[in-house]
Order: sequence, then C-alpha cells, then structure tokens
Amino acid sequence: MILKEKVALVTGASRGIGKAIALELAREGASVIVNYSGNKSRAEETASAIEALGAEALPYQCDVSNEADVQEMVKTAVKKFGHLDIVVNNAGITRDGLLMRMKEADWDAVLNTNLKGVFLVTKAALRPMIRQKQGKIINIASVVGILGNASQANYAAAKAGVIGLTKASAREMASKGITVNAVAPGFIVTDMTDELPEEVKEKMQNDIPLGRPGTPEDVAKVVRFLASEDSGYMTGQILNVDGGMAMQ
Amino acid sequence: MAEDDVLERVKKIVVDRLGVDEADVKPEASFKEDLDADSLDIVELVMELEDEFNLEISDEDAEKIQTVGDVITYIQSHKS
Ligand SMILES: NC(=O)c1ccc[n+]([C@@H]2O[C@H](COP(=O)([O-])OP(=O)(O)OC[C@H]3O[C@@H](n4cnc5c(N)ncnc54)[C@H](OP(=O)(O)O)[C@@H]3O)[C@@H](O)[C@H]2O)c1
Repeated sequence: MILKEKVALVTGASRGIGKAIALELAREGASVIVNYSGNKSRAEETASAIEALGAEALPYQCDVSNEADVQEMVKTAVKKFGHLDIVVNNAGITRDGLLMRMKEADWDAVLNTNLKGVFLVTKAALRPMIRQKQGKIINIASVVGILGNASQANYAAAKAGVIGLTKASAREMASKGITVNAVAPGFIVTDMTDELPEEVKEKMQNDIPLGRPGTPEDVAKVVRFLASEDSGYMTGQILNVDGGMAMQ
Repeated sequence: MAEDDVLERVKKIVVDRLGVDEADVKPEASFKEDLDADSLDIVELVMELEDEFNLEISDEDAEKIQTVGDVITYIQSHKS
C-alpha cells in the first residue's frame, strides 16, 4: 500500500471516473472524502465500497463552484482527518451543442463546474498543504482540451483552461513542495459518454489507436501514480490516458 | 498580551520562516524590501501567525500587511 495514512479529497466521486479514483486511492490505504453534487445514494455506495476495502470514507455534498461551500468542505475534511495530502479535481459536466446555438447558461454551467471549481478547490486546499509543506493536486482535464471537439466549445475551453491552471499553479507552488499535474482522459465509458449518440461513439472509437474505449480504472491507475511518491519529481505535467488519441 | 511578548513570538516565526537575522526583524522592516520575502512567503507567514496566535486573518487584512510593525499592531488589536 503506497498511500497509507494519506488523506485524499476526490471531487465528483459518486460515479464514473471519480468513483474509480476514490476506490483506487483507498485500495492503497488513503482515507477519502467522497465529494458529490446531488447523488447522495451513489456517493454513499462509493463510501461503503471504500470502507469494505478497510479504508475510511466521508461522503460530502458540495457544489465545487460555490466558494463558501468548498471552503467549508476542506475545513471539515481537515478537522476530521487532521490533514489533506491529495486533491483530485474530477467533478465535471457537459452541456454540448453547436457554438452557434449554445446558450449562455450552458457556457456558464460548464465553465463554473469544470474550471472555476478546480480553482476554488485548489485555493482552499492550498492552505493546509502549505502548512504541511507537501501536497499533491491532480486535475482531470480532457483530450478535448488539447484537440478541441465540435459541439463542445464550452467543454474544450474549460478543459484547456484546466491545463493552463495546472501549469500556473504548479509553478506557483513548486517551492512549497506541492506538485500539480493533470490527466487528460480520452473516451472513457461512464454516464457522461453513455449519453452520446451511437454514431458519435462509433466515430470516436475509430479514432482511438489502441482500438477500445478506456475504463474509469485506466484513468484511476495513472492518478494513483501521480498521487504517490513515485511521481515526486513531476509537476505541471499533463498525462494523456486516451489510447493514443492525442500524441504529444 | 504584553507587546514585548508579541514581538518576540513574531520575531521567532519571521526568523524561522524567512531565514533572516534576528537583528533585522525590527518593527519598521518591510517584508518585501528589507527581509527579502516574496508574496508567497508572506502568505505562509500569515498562516503561521494565525496558528501561533490562534487568529483568523482575512485575505483583505493580510494584503495590508507590509512591515513587521503591521503584524504586531494587527495582533495587538485582534487578540483579547
Ligand atoms: N467520460 C469521459 O470520456 C471523459 C473524458 C475526458 C475527461 N473526463 C472528465 O472526467 C471527469 C469525470 O467524468 P465522468 O465521465 O466520470 O462523469 P460522470 O460519470 O458524469 O460523473 C460526474 C461526477 O461529477 C460530479 N459533479 C458534477 N457537477 C458537480 C458539482 N458542481 N460539484 C460537485 N460534483 C459535481 C457528479 O456528482 P453527482 O453524482 O452528485 O451528480 C459525479 O460524481 C470530468 O471532469 C470529465 O470532464 C471524462
């Protein structure tokens, strides 16, 4: 177990990639704050699964785009567990549509959750991490933030923003022993991609050199690496977990 | 709390955190100009002061802190 005694906050951990990340970190011994937005029962399922692995879990409802609530969440976590070592900014939504028809509300919703949320959670977590003089922040970006995607102007902009934010915060915090890296998943099988029309799914799959969509666990394993000391000499990096969709 | 006591405790934190000479930590010393601190050092310093004196210093107040004297005054006026 490589994350014994560590405390991790995973946003959007009730389902999909966030859930797989929460379980992966718990399997390595970390206590996990299971953040979610509305899906209490799914968050509790994640928490029970974590406890079944012998680790501690705290389900916590909080909209990551609300600063006061985010501050409260981090305070509660630190109070309960004593410290905060790992933050995974995973919560995210899509509101797809052609740019020409995209409603301002759909732009705002995606930017608020996917980009501002990362800023607010990072800002709150830096306090305890600076105190501890160590911390690992892992942001979940997307291949779409690198390649762009028709019908996802809002999402692509937010994810490209996450990549910039990752690099800026990595530079800012490096001298304090805090590393900030991102993972850019490709096409991963979750509720988010389940909504896509069949022909879009088929087309995306044809674009994947490794010939299959990814699983949440594919992403979680790379996050585990970034959360561990094995990646101690890495910061400001974007790791693609996309079956080869974008090669840099 | 006696003023001297506050000064001593602040001095110790500043010396530890910024690695400066105790003799340079005078009330009129500016963190950025005289003690070679960058803005992140000041953020860290403020957090340590919060722990030491059991206070919460708001972001707005923290931004106003420029000299060692500012810290002493702040602590004197916020600590019962
Ligand atoms: N699936 C993919 O192919 C793919 C590819 C690249 C990147 N990603 C990124 O990976 C991350 C996870 O995606 P996913 O596919 O696992 O999505 P998902 O299955 O739709 O799950 C989204 C998670 O985010 C939470 N959430 C949504 N809005 C929130 C808010 N405002 N505050 C707090 N939590 C919120 C949800 O909580 P509730 O359950 O309470 O609603 C849920 O736990 C996202 O950032 C996504 O952009 C996904």
